[in-house]
Amino acid sequence: MTDTIPAKNNCSQYRDSGRAGSGLENEEEFVDLLDEQRRSSDLGFALRTFNPNPFKGASPCSTADLNKAVLESQYLRYMVKEIAMETGSSVEEVREEACGILEEMSQNLQLGFIRLMAYVLSKVFKRLFTSIFVNTEGLNTLQQAIQESPVILMPNHRSYVDFLAISYILFSYDIPVPVIAAGTPLAGMKMIGEILRRSGAFYIRRAIGSDKLYWAMLSEYVKTIVRRGFAPVEFYVEGLRSRTLKSLIPKIGMMHMVLEPFFKGEVYDITLVPISISYDRVLEESLLAHELLGIPKPKESTTGLLKASKVLQEDYGSMHVNFGRPLSVRQLCQGKINRCQYNLIPRDLPQKPNAETQDCVNWLAHLMVRIQEEGSVVSPWSLMACLLLQTPITVLSQEGLLWHLLTEKTLWLRKLALDFGARLNWPGQVPDSDVMSSTVAIHRSVVHRKAGCVYLVREEEPARKRPISPEEGVIRTAAAVLMLASYRNQSIHIFLRPAMLATAIHITKTTQRDELFTFFCFLQDVFSNEFIFIPGKSSQDFEQACFLLKKCGAVHISQQEVLVSDVGLEVLSFLRALLQPFIESYQVMFRYLCEEEVHVLSEKQFLPAVRNVATKLILSGDLHTYEALSSDTQKNVLVALRRLEIVTKLRASEQNEYRVNKAAVRRIENILSGEIPPQMLQTTPDARL
Amino acid sequence: MASNSGSSSSSDRQRIAQQRLRIIAGHLQRSEDGDSSSTVLLAAECKAQESQKTAGCSGEEKTVPRKRHEIMKWNGWGYSDSRFLFNKKGQAEFTGKRYRLSGMIIPGLKDWFEGTFGASLQHKTPATPVLTSSSVPPPTLNEAFVEELKSTGIPFSLEAEDRVFRAHGHCLHEIFALREGKFGRVPDMVVWPNCHNDVVKIVELACKHNVCLMPYGGGTSVSSALECPPEETRSIVSLDTSQMNRILWIDEKNLTAHVEAGIVGQDLERLLNESGYCTGHEPDSMEFSSLGGWVATRASGMKKNIYGNIEDLSQFSDGFAVVNIVRTDNFFSLSLMPKAERLHQGQPPLLQDEEPWVWSPEVTMKIRPMPEYQKYGSVVFPNFEQGVACLREVAKQRCAPASIRLMDNEQFKFGHALKPQVSSIFTSFLDGLKKFYITKFKGFDPNHLCVATLLFEGDREKVLQHEKQVYDIAAKFGGLAAGEDNGQRGYMLTFVIAYLRDLGMDYYVIGESFETSVPWDRVLDICRNVKARIVAECKDKGVQFSPLSTCRVTQTYDAGACVYFYFAFNYRGLSDPVHVYEQVEHAAREEILANGGSLSHHHGVGKLRKEWMRDTVSNVGMGMLKSVKDYVDPKNIFGNRNLL
Repeated sequence: MTDTIPAKNNCSQYRDSGRAGSGLENEEEFVDLLDEQRRSSDLGFALRTFNPNPFKGASPCSTADLNKAVLESQYLRYMVKEIAMETGSSVEEVREEACGILEEMSQNLQLGFIRLMAYVLSKVFKRLFTSIFVNTEGLNTLQQAIQESPVILMPNHRSYVDFLAISYILFSYDIPVPVIAAGTPLAGMKMIGEILRRSGAFYIRRAIGSDKLYWAMLSEYVKTIVRRGFAPVEFYVEGLRSRTLKSLIPKIGMMHMVLEPFFKGEVYDITLVPISISYDRVLEESLLAHELLGIPKPKESTTGLLKASKVLQEDYGSMHVNFGRPLSVRQLCQGKINRCQYNLIPRDLPQKPNAETQDCVNWLAHLMVRIQEEGSVVSPWSLMACLLLQTPITVLSQEGLLWHLLTEKTLWLRKLALDFGARLNWPGQVPDSDVMSSTVAIHRSVVHRKAGCVYLVREEEPARKRPISPEEGVIRTAAAVLMLASYRNQSIHIFLRPAMLATAIHITKTTQRDELFTFFCFLQDVFSNEFIFIPGKSSQDFEQACFLLKKCGAVHISQQEVLVSDVGLEVLSFLRALLQPFIESYQVMFRYLCEEEVHVLSEKQFLPAVRNVATKLILSGDLHTYEALSSDTQKNVLVALRRLEIVTKLRASEQNEYRVNKAAVRRIENILSGEIPPQMLQTTPDARL
Repeated sequence: MASNSGSSSSSDRQRIAQQRLRIIAGHLQRSEDGDSSSTVLLAAECKAQESQKTAGCSGEEKTVPRKRHEIMKWNGWGYSDSRFLFNKKGQAEFTGKRYRLSGMIIPGLKDWFEGTFGASLQHKTPATPVLTSSSVPPPTLNEAFVEELKSTGIPFSLEAEDRVFRAHGHCLHEIFALREGKFGRVPDMVVWPNCHNDVVKIVELACKHNVCLMPYGGGTSVSSALECPPEETRSIVSLDTSQMNRILWIDEKNLTAHVEAGIVGQDLERLLNESGYCTGHEPDSMEFSSLGGWVATRASGMKKNIYGNIEDLSQFSDGFAVVNIVRTDNFFSLSLMPKAERLHQGQPPLLQDEEPWVWSPEVTMKIRPMPEYQKYGSVVFPNFEQGVACLREVAKQRCAPASIRLMDNEQFKFGHALKPQVSSIFTSFLDGLKKFYITKFKGFDPNHLCVATLLFEGDREKVLQHEKQVYDIAAKFGGLAAGEDNGQRGYMLTFVIAYLRDLGMDYYVIGESFETSVPWDRVLDICRNVKARIVAECKDKGVQFSPLSTCRVTQTYDAGACVYFYFAFNYRGLSDPVHVYEQVEHAAREEILANGGSLSHHHGVGKLRKEWMRDTVSNVGMGMLKSVKDYVDPKNIFGNRNLL
C-alpha cells in the first residue's frame, strides 16, 4: 500500500477487509455493459448519437491541424536543425524524414470508424464474454474530469482486447474516445492497422533506441495532443502487454512526455485515470505461456487474426474494467517538482529532465501501476491457481487433487484475500460450489475435473513417431504450469507484502522487527524488477505487511518483535509457498552464474543455458518449480543484477555481453538462503544490500 | 567716427542691456505674481519659500493638505466625497463631482455584482464610521528628538488621526483592519518637511537620537511597505513628504524638470501642462501617488510606450545623506530577458531602491511637450488568445500606441456592467446595433470575446497613420474596431475602479489586484494558470461562491508583457476572510513565479513579497543589497524593513 495514494483509497481498502465474501458488486456499482447491449440492436448502438463533452476550451482538432502544429512547432524546428547539423544532411532532408515518421505514427480519429468498431466489437464481445463489468461511478467522475483538464487514461495491459474494450466503453457512455499509443506491429496488419488508426490509435516503434528525430517527433506529437486536450490520451505505462499477467515495471519515457506540458505550465493540470482491466480468462493465455518458454510469438498479421478466429468459439467468462478515481498531477507533484526550473531557458528547447523530475516521474509511474493493481478485480480462478501451484506436480498430473480439498482451501483463501483487502469477483447469490465448478469449466484448457479430482491438462501434441523425450515432457508440463502461474499473478499483489514478511521470518529465523525489516528491504531490492514497489516506500510496505499479518491473526506484534502465533502457521506457510517459486528460480540462476566457468556472458547464451540447467534440475528432482523456465523470470534476474551493478555490460561489446561479479552474486545467494544472518546485512558497507 | 561709432555702439549696448533688464524684470514680476511657477528658479532657502508660499500657486492649490483625513477617507480609497453606493432603489451610483462618472447611475452594476459574487444587498458589512482615537496605541516618543525637532520649527503631529493615516497603504488586509477599527503598530509621530534642507535636518536628528524614519509619499502602496515593522522598538517617525510638492526648475532646452519628490501625479502633470509640458507618466494611482513613491517602486505608467517607465524618466535624483541608487528593472525575475531589457543603461544590476536608503527628496526627470492630438480607440477580438497574438505582433513591429491594454472576457463583462445610464434612446439603439453586429453578424461568442483599449498621442497626422497601422494588425487577428467611446471609458474606469473595492467591502466582497511581467510565449499560460489557481484555491479554502478571477495585459515590451490580475470573492461564511485572502494571493504569486512571471512589475516588493526575494535575485544579489544597506545606513535609520 502506498501512503501517497490519497487517504480515501486507504480507508476503503481497510474498510473492505472486514466484509464477508459477497463479491464487490454491492460496494461499488459494477454494471454489465453487454447485458444492455444484448437487449438492443448492434446497428442501433453503433449509430447512436454520440455527443461527448470534451475538455473545456478545446476545439476539435483535425489530423491535418495536429500534424501541422507538430511539424511547425518551435521544438521540432530546433531539433531538425540540430540533427541536420549533426548528420551533415540538409534541413529539407531531415524535415522530409520527420514527415515520414509523422505519417507512420499519426492517428486519424474519425467518428465513422468508431461507429464501425462499435458495431464489430458489439458482435465480438458478446461472443467472447459473458459480461463486461464497468463501474459507472468511475465513468461518471471520468466524464466530469474530462471537461476540466486534459485526461490521460492509463490502463494495465493484459490482452490485445484492452484498448478496444476501453474505446468501446467510452463510446457507449458518451465520453470522448481516446487517442491511443499502440505498437507499430499492429500498424503493419492489413486493413486492421488502418481501421485502428482511424479509431484513434497512433503507432510507436518498439525499439526507438537513440533515434533522436524519432524521439523528438514522438514527444512533440504526444505533448501537442495533451496541450490541445481535444481527446484523452491513452497509453500503457507498463510499456508492453504483460506476458505473465503480473504488473510490469513502468516505463517512464512516455510518462514524462505526457506530464511535461504540466511541468512547463502549458496546461493548468493533467488528470491521470488509472484503469484496471481484469479478465476471468485471457484470450492469449496459451500463446503467452509458449512465448515465455522461448517459442516465438507469431507476427501480428491479419491472416493470423483470422486464423485465431477460433478463439471466438470459446468462453472467456467476464471482464472487469475498473475506472479509478481521477488523480490531479498538480496535487500529486506538489512539493516534488520545482516548475521554476523551466523558466531559465526557453521552453521549446530540448531540456534533459533533472534528477528530481526523473524521480518524480518514476514515482508517479510506479504509483499508477500500484493503483492499477489495487483496482483490479480478482477472480476465484486466480485464488485456485495460487493453491494449485502449491500442490506437488505429480499430484496434479497423476493422482489428481481432491475436489473437496481444493474447494475448502479456496474458501479459506477467499477469506484471507478479503482480510487483505482484495476486490474479489465472487458472485454472492450463487452457492460456492457452483462458482467453483463454473470457474473450472471456463478454464478447462488448464485443468479438468474427473471423479472428484482435479488434474492439470497437458497440451495435446499431434501423434509422433518417436516417444516424447523427458525434456519435451518438461516443456509440456511447464506450459501448463506457466499458465497457472499467470493466473496466480493476477492476485499476487494482494499477498505480496505479507508474503515477503513471512519469507523473512522463515529465512532469518529472527523475531526482531528491525532485522526483519532489513531482510524485507533486501527482498525488495532483489525483487524490484519482479514486483512493483514504489521507490522510497519500504518502511510503509513493511508496516503494511505487519498490519495485515496481525489482522489475520498470524502474528503478534510488539514494539521490537514480530512473533508467530499458534494459529498463524497455515497463513504463513501459504504465503511463503506463494513466493517460493520466485526465490527458487532466482537461486537457480544465481548458482548458475557463480558456477559457470566464464566470467563474461551474453544474453543470447544466458537464456538457453539457464533453461537447460533448470530442465536438468527439474528432471533430477532438485528443483520443484517450473517457473525457472520462464524467460520473463530469467530476464528479470539479469536486469536486477545489472541494476545492483553486480552484472555490468561490457562497453566494447555490441552483442550485449556482461561481466559478472561472482563474489557479489554468491553473497546475494547466501543471504537469500539464510546463510548470512540479517545482522550482517546492516553492517555491509554497500547500503543497497 | 570712431567715437561716433563708439558712442552709438555704447548706446546700442545700453539699449540692449536695458531691454534685457526689462525682460528679466518682467520674468521676475510674473513669478512674483505666481502665474507660472514652473519657469521660476525658486530660492533654495526654505524660509524664503515659507513666506512665498502664501502667494505661490503651489501653496494655494495644494491637493494634499497636511491633515489628509480632511479630504480623504481614513479607511478606504480616495476622496471622502467620492464613493459608490447602492441607492434606495437598489441602483448603483457614484457620488461627488470629481469624475466623469460622478453623480451618474450605473444600472448594470447591481446585477453583475450579485451575479458574479453571489452577494446580496441585504447582507451588509458596514465599516466602523469614525476613528476612535482612544483605541490607537499611545505614541512612544524619543523626548530628546522631539525637543530638538521643535527647535527647527518643522511642523509635526502626535495626533492619532495623523499617525493612523500613515500606518498603512492600500493592501486588502490594511483596509480591512481599518474598517473594523483595528490598529496595529502605528508611527509615533508625523513630520512634514518643507524642503530638502528640512529633510537633511530630520535625518541628522534621527541619526543622533537613533529614531526610525519611514518616508511617506502618497500612501498608495500595495506591498505592505508602509506597515511599521512590529519588531521595531525605537520611536517611529513618519516622514510625510506631501508638502514638498514644488517643481523647482524646468530646463526647456534639455527638456528636464527638477521636482520635489512629494508631489503627487495629478499636480505634477497639471503644473507641467500649464507650461505646455507633461511627463506622460500616468500610473492608475496618479491622483494620489507621489513622485518619490514612483521612483521607489519602479512605477510604470499607462503611456510608457511613448514616455517610458519611471526609470527612463527620472535621470538622476538629488541624494543627500543617503546614496541614490537607481534601481534595475524588476522585470522578469528569472532572467529570460535579454540583458538590455532587464538592466537599464548605467544602472547596476540587482539593486532596487525600495529600501529608503535611496529615497531622495528631489528628482530630476525628463519632460515632453504636451501632445498635439490624442485619440482613444478599442478593438474587439473573438477570444483572448487572438487578442494576445495581436498585442505580440504590435510589440514585434514596435508600433504600440501610447497605451494598449487587453481585457479578458470577465473584465470585458465587468466593464460593461459599469456603463452609466445612457442619456438618449439613440445611444442605446446604437449600442444594441453594435452588439448585434458583433455577436450575431460576426459570430463572436459573448462569453469569449475580449476587448483591447487603445490610446494614441502625438501629431494629428502621425496619430491617424499610427492608428491605421494598429487596426490593420488587429484585423489580421480577427479584431474589429469597436469605437473611441469604449476605449475612453476603459481608461476612465481605471481611476474609479479602486473605489469599487470599498463598495464590495460593504457587502462581504473583498478583493485586490496584483501584477507581474512575463515573456511573450508564456502570457497565455500564465493568465490561464493563475486564474485557475485562484479559483481552485478559493474552493479549497471554503469560499462558498466562485471568485472573480480575471486579468488584463496592460503593457507590452519587446520581449514580454505586463499582466494585471483582479481577484475578488464573497466571504460570507468564512471565519477569517483576510487570512483566506492572503493564502490565495500567496498561492497565486507562487503560481506566477512557477510560470515564469516576475515577482513584481511595478507594485514593488515591500514586505508582502520579500519572502521570494532570495529565490529571485539569488544569495549573491541579496548579499549585494545588504552590503549597500549596511554601508549607507548602518544604524538602520530608514527602518521600514522592506525588500530585504
